[in-house]
Amino acid sequence: MKAVEVTDLVKVYKKNPKPAVDGLSFTAEPGEVFGLLGPNGAGKTSTIGVLTTRVLPTSGTARVYGVDVLRESRRARQLLAVVPQRNNLDRSLSIRQNLLFHAAYHGVPRAERTARADEILTRMGLADRAKDRIEMVSGGQAQRIMIARALMHRPRVMFLDEPSTGLDPQARLFVHDRIRDLRAEGVTVVLTTHDMDEAGKLCDRIGIVDHGKLLALDTPAALTRGLPGSTTVSVTVNLVASDAEVVEKALAGIEGVERVEKIAAAAGGPPPGALPAGLPPAALAAIAAKAAESAGAAGTGQFRLYTGLDAAVILPAVLRVLGDSACEVTDLSIGTPSLEDVFIHLTGRELR
Amino acid sequence: MTTAVDTRPSTPLRTFGSVLWRDVFVTGRDLLPFLAQVIVQPFFTLFIFGKVLTSLGYVGGNYAAILLPGIVALNGFLGALQNTTMPLILDFSWTREIEDRLLAPIPIAWVAVEKMLFGALRGFVAALVMIPIGFLILDDVHWPAAAWLPVLLIVILGALVGAAIGMTIGTSVQPRQINILFAVILMPLMFTGSTQFPWMGLAHLRWFQVICALNPLTYVSEAMRAELVPQVPHIAVWICLLVLVAACGLFGTLGIRGFLRRALD
Repeated sequence: MKAVEVTDLVKVYKKNPKPAVDGLSFTAEPGEVFGLLGPNGAGKTSTIGVLTTRVLPTSGTARVYGVDVLRESRRARQLLAVVPQRNNLDRSLSIRQNLLFHAAYHGVPRAERTARADEILTRMGLADRAKDRIEMVSGGQAQRIMIARALMHRPRVMFLDEPSTGLDPQARLFVHDRIRDLRAEGVTVVLTTHDMDEAGKLCDRIGIVDHGKLLALDTPAALTRGLPGSTTVSVTVNLVASDAEVVEKALAGIEGVERVEKIAAAAGGPPPGALPAGLPPAALAAIAAKAAESAGAAGTGQFRLYTGLDAAVILPAVLRVLGDSACEVTDLSIGTPSLEDVFIHLTGRELR
Repeated sequence: MTTAVDTRPSTPLRTFGSVLWRDVFVTGRDLLPFLAQVIVQPFFTLFIFGKVLTSLGYVGGNYAAILLPGIVALNGFLGALQNTTMPLILDFSWTREIEDRLLAPIPIAWVAVEKMLFGALRGFVAALVMIPIGFLILDDVHWPAAAWLPVLLIVILGALVGAAIGMTIGTSVQPRQINILFAVILMPLMFTGSTQFPWMGLAHLRWFQVICALNPLTYVSEAMRAELVPQVPHIAVWICLLVLVAACGLFGTLGIRGFLRRALD
């Protein structure tokens, strides 16, 4: 059984004729950390809203551990927990009472909820503040309390909507650690974020969403690998004993290499058109510097290989070919695209 | 794995109880502000109209006996209304505190019912505390022992109607409209509810009598007077009860519908 199953989900709000969610489908396996990554207004929060029974879908279905969230919303609410973007803690209650009442709403017996509240408060580093009123807590603490509260009824799936937006680095790392704990305990986690680093670090799989549609869905590594001509291997070799043309041909003949570019040996940097679009400025600068440097040294050549394969897969073949051509490798660098490159590649650059 | 996932055997009724207990618990801690809110205004109304004006001779001596049932009705009705409306407006727009209960394993309509029930409870308490205060301030007011039970039932029904109307208002008013809410809704409700005068006495002011007949509060006041000062002409109790039950049903339905609209996107 899938932990989360969304099928052809459509959500159209009354005030906006453009659908917020437009035929979205995905599944999350039990125990995985699943990330919904997308720009603001992509439909992430609406999707989480449907899954947590707070938003009524226009069409399509959403299930949590096989329970239809629309038809059996009451049962679904027992299986899931939500950590929302905004602080919605009960300001009339203390931190500990927030936890206790939440558990009571979910029918956790009194003895169990008292013990569990104390245990979770300790784990979340809130034990000494248990009696404080909610008005007194900071943003990071509120986030911790909301996670603590969500844990009180032992949910099977936890939904976190932008869990670390607006948190300082310490609070952010703390939240990341707690998400890893949840995963270790077998709780399925579905989180939304537009923070690429966070998604890459935490998620087993990521779905990239924009304009209510799923654009890509895979592991972070596979997503970056899937970017066309995504991995680059740059080698600088000593060309005293061999011909540049021959070396270039030999490199191009390696299986998995999409194309080879001869960069240096001549004066000046590479023509800008030869570089893949979307390279970060830092990379461009590095390339230019490298080119200028190698142009000065006589008898050296620099080649860049573009491949869809992992660098680790392609490297042995590259080194073997260079060895066969009697070229001495003087420098070697690998460029892998970041999740950000994938994100921008898929969702474009325009501002939202 | 094909078996259905286990869910904890929590009954909706128990959850409903916990949700209601939360509100009672919070009120218990803020008892003094709550009492101040419900006592001060009606206290002055009773004091000025029932005591000061009577002793100055501007109003008749038996006016106090007509005023007190109306003020108790008003306090129950309006107390329930305000205590349902205000928290809802704040909850849905600003604090979002209610979300935790909307995610509890009970039907969302039950949360609306709980909010009305709790509002009515506060209104009922507000009405009750006015009774001894009235007896202390006003002279020559006696309530027959046989009338106490029916009066309590009327107050409860009046509070429920007030809460249902409060739910309807609270789910349809935007927070930036709170200011006009008092001027445009609460004040007219207060002064067209036949609380300070018997409805039958308005025969020579026909248009105002018709307006008052549209206010459910009129039927709470009239039913109270029917029990406590039966010699004053009044609307028959059965008509009052019928109107109140119907109003409770109508506004309860509208209120729950409004609540669902606000709670679900």
